Amino acid sequence: MIKHRELTAIFFLWKRELIRFFRAKSRIIGSIGMPFFFLAILGTGLNAAFSMPGMQGNYLAFITPGILAMVLLFGSITSGITVLMDRQFGFLKETLVAPVKRSSIIVGKALGGATTAIVQGIIMLGIALLLGVSMQFSSFLLVLALMFIISIAFVSLGIAIASLMEDMHGFQLIMNFLIMPMFFLSGGLFPLSKAPDIVRAISYIDPLTYGVETLRFALLGQSSMPFLLSFGVLIGFLLASLTAAAYLFGKIES
Amino acid sequence: MRERMKAASCVLKVEGLVKKFGNLEAVKSVRLCVNEGEIFGLLGPNGAGKTTLISMLVTTKKPTSGKALVNGFDIEHQMDDVRKSIGIVFQDPSLDEELTAFENLELHATMYGIGEPERSKRIAEVVKTVGLSDRLKDVVKTFSGGMRRRLEIARGLLHYPKVLFLDEPTIGLDPQTRSNIWGYIKKLKKEKGITILLTTHYMEEADSVCDRIAIIDHGQIIALDTPESLKNSLGGDVITVETPEAERLSELVKKLKWVKEAKAHDGKLTLCVEFGEKAIPKIVTLANSNKIQVDSTSLSKPTLDDVFLHYTGRTIREENISPKESMRIRRMAWRGRH
Repeated sequence: MIKHRELTAIFFLWKRELIRFFRAKSRIIGSIGMPFFFLAILGTGLNAAFSMPGMQGNYLAFITPGILAMVLLFGSITSGITVLMDRQFGFLKETLVAPVKRSSIIVGKALGGATTAIVQGIIMLGIALLLGVSMQFSSFLLVLALMFIISIAFVSLGIAIASLMEDMHGFQLIMNFLIMPMFFLSGGLFPLSKAPDIVRAISYIDPLTYGVETLRFALLGQSSMPFLLSFGVLIGFLLASLTAAAYLFGKIES
Repeated sequence: MRERMKAASCVLKVEGLVKKFGNLEAVKSVRLCVNEGEIFGLLGPNGAGKTTLISMLVTTKKPTSGKALVNGFDIEHQMDDVRKSIGIVFQDPSLDEELTAFENLELHATMYGIGEPERSKRIAEVVKTVGLSDRLKDVVKTFSGGMRRRLEIARGLLHYPKVLFLDEPTIGLDPQTRSNIWGYIKKLKKEKGITILLTTHYMEEADSVCDRIAIIDHGQIIALDTPESLKNSLGGDVITVETPEAERLSELVKKLKWVKEAKAHDGKLTLCVEFGEKAIPKIVTLANSNKIQVDSTSLSKPTLDDVFLHYTGRTIREENISPKESMRIRRMAWRGRH
């Protein structure tokens, strides 16, 4: 039984993430900008030229789930990494000496980060609609649930990474050598079935691959592997990253 | 029996607390009893172990050995109760700058389990105490350094703690803001009777606000008393002689019977004597006859600086601050301007 105090603390920690997100206008615009250009330029530009085997429908529609996954990935990891900023600006100490559980602090942050990532995801889906992508709306609840799972998993991964880092200097490294490869290998931009064996092999250890697969199934009704398989792997990744976040964040000494 | 009575009145009781970092013993078996309602100052040079000691008392660091009770709760085994009993103002800023003053306080209140309508009532009350009532809706980013400090103090009071910890509450602030902050701290003691444990290296300020002071050096408490008694313990007057040969003059004056103490430091010689007015000419004559140049002399009643020098053999000035520390001060001063 979770105490009432922990629940209110979680609620207000969640609210804090939202306030910070909506107050930073540049962050919102920045987070929408990149996916917009991907869709509007890459998607429409290559639409006519590309019709690859293993791909039903047009290219723009094909990359829409991939770009959605990208938005969730970037938004979530960045939210998780704010643990580092909290440390740098001293606020982390305030939460660490409060009589609340560390797990509540993580849950508050994860829910807050996931909420902001999902908001960005929904805006991005709106843009895709405006560009003429046809999606199946019957499974919108499933899409929402998947967005939630993916976001929580990657916020947790961000928290886990941030708990290991001393300051913001390493962030660029994480961005270039973890987040970008994760996105490019996820099969969001091209069908993995036709990729070279080595690329395909690596993509199978990329958790985002399963995120893209499930989203593509829910949005377009197509996927290269069974939905339940990719969904299962996704849940496994969620549990692993949550555990890592709880363990590593729990070890932080203020 | 008397011992137990005394123990019961300690709102903060430290018994042989030790903290080791590898081979380094940062805090060496400290014993301390802070009474309810007093302002207790911990003075010491940087690296003396003040912050480490406080970190253990506020449960952010685990002691290597020893025991401490805060408000009767064990710092190792009753962490949540300790945390509810204390308010903390850290040496470094710890506010969320993106949030408003109100939002910072609201978040704090919820983490300490204060629900509505009590929450709003207390927020209004604490900001009034520190004079920030009209700034509640402003984002903290727009606050000056002094206002941030006051907001942190207000936040520390929100859950009605028994003990308020203030780690260098005035570091990096300008003199006027500093005296302003001390004014609020004295008011707290008077109006709320709250127990305050603070560290500072501004000696005059410690002198004017603290009921009792402990001087800590190399992880140990080397003197503990009221500021008055500490100063009186030196006896008589303090003479400071500025000379290029402080060391040599020090050796010479130590042979004089009426010099109670002599310490050479940073090109100066500080002596404790009775009847300082009469001693000065004698010392100048002594210096002259030994061909030691004397640039200036001054006479004063002992200050806490002198007490500090007496016990530690050095002064506690800004120039003694480590590069890291001065970076911190500069950073805070810079942030305070915004």
